[in-house]
Amino acid sequence: MTSYAVLRRRLRARAAGVTAALAALVLALFVVTLSVGSYRVPLDDVVVSVLHLGENPAVDFVVNGLRMPTALAAVFAGLALGLAGTIFQQLLGNPLASPDFVGVSEGAGLAAVAGLTVFHVSGAPISLLAFGGAMTSAALIYLLAWKDGITGYRFILIGIGVSAFFVALTGWVVARSEDWEARSAMTWLTGSVGQAGHGEIRALVVTVLLAIPAAVVLRRQLGVLALGDDAARALGARLELARLVLLGLAILLVAVATAAVGPVMFVALVAGPIAARLLGPAPGLLAAGLAGAVVMLTADLIAQHLLPASLPTGVVTGAVGAPYLVWLLATSNRKS
Amino acid sequence: MSGRVAGLAALLVVLVLTCGLSIVLGARDVSWHTLWSAFTAYDDHDTAQRVLREMRIPRTLLGLVVGAALGVAGSLLQGLTRNPLADPGIMGINAGAALAVVSGVMLLGVGSGPASVWLAFLGAAAATAAVYGIASLGRDGATPVKLALAGAALTAGMSAVTTGIVMTHIEALNALRFWQVGSLAGRYLPVFWQVVWFIAGALVVSLVAGRLLNGLALGEDVARGLGMRVGLVRAVLFATVALLCGAATAACGPIVFVGLVVPHVARMLCGPDYRWIVPYSMVIAPVLLLAADVIGRLALGRGELQVGVVLGVLGAPVFVGLVRYRGVAEL
Repeated sequence: MTSYAVLRRRLRARAAGVTAALAALVLALFVVTLSVGSYRVPLDDVVVSVLHLGENPAVDFVVNGLRMPTALAAVFAGLALGLAGTIFQQLLGNPLASPDFVGVSEGAGLAAVAGLTVFHVSGAPISLLAFGGAMTSAALIYLLAWKDGITGYRFILIGIGVSAFFVALTGWVVARSEDWEARSAMTWLTGSVGQAGHGEIRALVVTVLLAIPAAVVLRRQLGVLALGDDAARALGARLELARLVLLGLAILLVAVATAAVGPVMFVALVAGPIAARLLGPAPGLLAAGLAGAVVMLTADLIAQHLLPASLPTGVVTGAVGAPYLVWLLATSNRKS
Repeated sequence: MSGRVAGLAALLVVLVLTCGLSIVLGARDVSWHTLWSAFTAYDDHDTAQRVLREMRIPRTLLGLVVGAALGVAGSLLQGLTRNPLADPGIMGINAGAALAVVSGVMLLGVGSGPASVWLAFLGAAAATAAVYGIASLGRDGATPVKLALAGAALTAGMSAVTTGIVMTHIEALNALRFWQVGSLAGRYLPVFWQVVWFIAGALVVSLVAGRLLNGLALGEDVARGLGMRVGLVRAVLFATVALLCGAATAACGPIVFVGLVVPHVARMLCGPDYRWIVPYSMVIAPVLLLAADVIGRLALGRGELQVGVVLGVLGAPVFVGLVRYRGVAEL
């Protein structure tokens, strides 16, 4: 009995330690993002400028004016996708069930690409279209999968169908558009933290800051739902309500993140498994969100500064998160 | 039992009909009579007969073997990983093939033709081997969860490298654009002969593997208790999948949706027994692929709609309807 208590305390301490380490890493990467570029700002000047401890117009302009939007977009889009991805994966009981595979991002993609190539709009309207597309496809999946409740398996299969439908239409829209339109559509579909406007970033930051406490409160419900419907019902969980609230939260997070930075792939997919390999089978949502932010920030740094040509963030996210996940898979001994 | 045999026979009849339609329908319709005389009294100067012998029939043959390969590969993968989302795309096969094609252009200057088919094949095989190798590391071996995650992770990494190359090398982009469409058009007899023996061999292995997949579906411990050598079976079946998808993807480019959806449809029709799911998938998949191809040829009046677009726009709603109203049979 005592050894069980000791083990439990150790696991909890480990979870807190790993989460704190991830948070520190996010903070460090955030400061580095603000510091590097064609005009290099020393790290201490960055801190001074961000905290408004001193006046230096040139540094303030570069740090707060030019680089802050990108850095904020990277942190909060990463957090949002990491949180949403792990909620989807735990709720549906499938490590591949991230929003990029079950059709939420694809609806956003179709709406935005149609906006770019058919209606010839750009900027904020595209973000609104992407948001609307994500919500519409999510609602469609939910309604089609509803049959005396939602089961994870049916939700995934319907998600596959809806996603294939939107991908095919997107391919068709891109194929029939002019060269330059197709190029701007492809760039948007790759996703980049640099493309976020001020309005979208504000919406993203507010949503994530509200969502994190909600997610922490709902964490218990998620754990109960992950046990399976029968066990959850036996424990007295109000199944459908809890599931609807959690799904709605995750979908909202994906929609605002996609509206701001485009459908950046793989962050939502890898964040949860990375946190799980570090922490144990049902990791804290916060840890998964932070893992997402680390992947996003690192990917942006590599895309902007390490590669010969500056590339959209979405090109690199796969190259950052994937090898790390592979290494964790290869080295961890845990039975999964 | 007899219901399943009857169902399979009915599906075979549908397949034969679909093949016939794929041969006679198109930008220029050909009569059944011309089809008959193209074999009995071939006339080199008759355009209709030449269209048949040189384009329609090879295209249909290619659709037949590629469709069967993708459907069976999908059902093997879903059985191996016990994951309804497993498909050739997620297991790194398309990404490996694409990376090989693009690297071929960049490093060797090989853009198209038979060489790129071999490159795509090698890339797909190498990627599959890597996914399996990574999933097997660690104490518990290649468990379903680790297979699925390793596949998704490697796909992400390889796609990133491919995009990086494509964005900096314009010739590579053009080769990839051509290859990535995923189409039966323009890839005829030589390509068919390049891949058909690989696919045929792997299909035979798959047909006798149904019992093994049923064993794996019971869970690793039970399968081992039944006297099965789980590690060996997994490795052999995974190699079969690599052969099937590698050959199909090399021949026609990445065709998604078929491998993912057909096994679910087969499972809805014949239940969870893999001895039936594999042959059902082998017949349903080419029907789906050829039907989508024919519709793509006819839909626009002029020109063609890519088979992938048709599969998604028409196939997806049908699939959603099946899931909703026939109910799902879980893995």
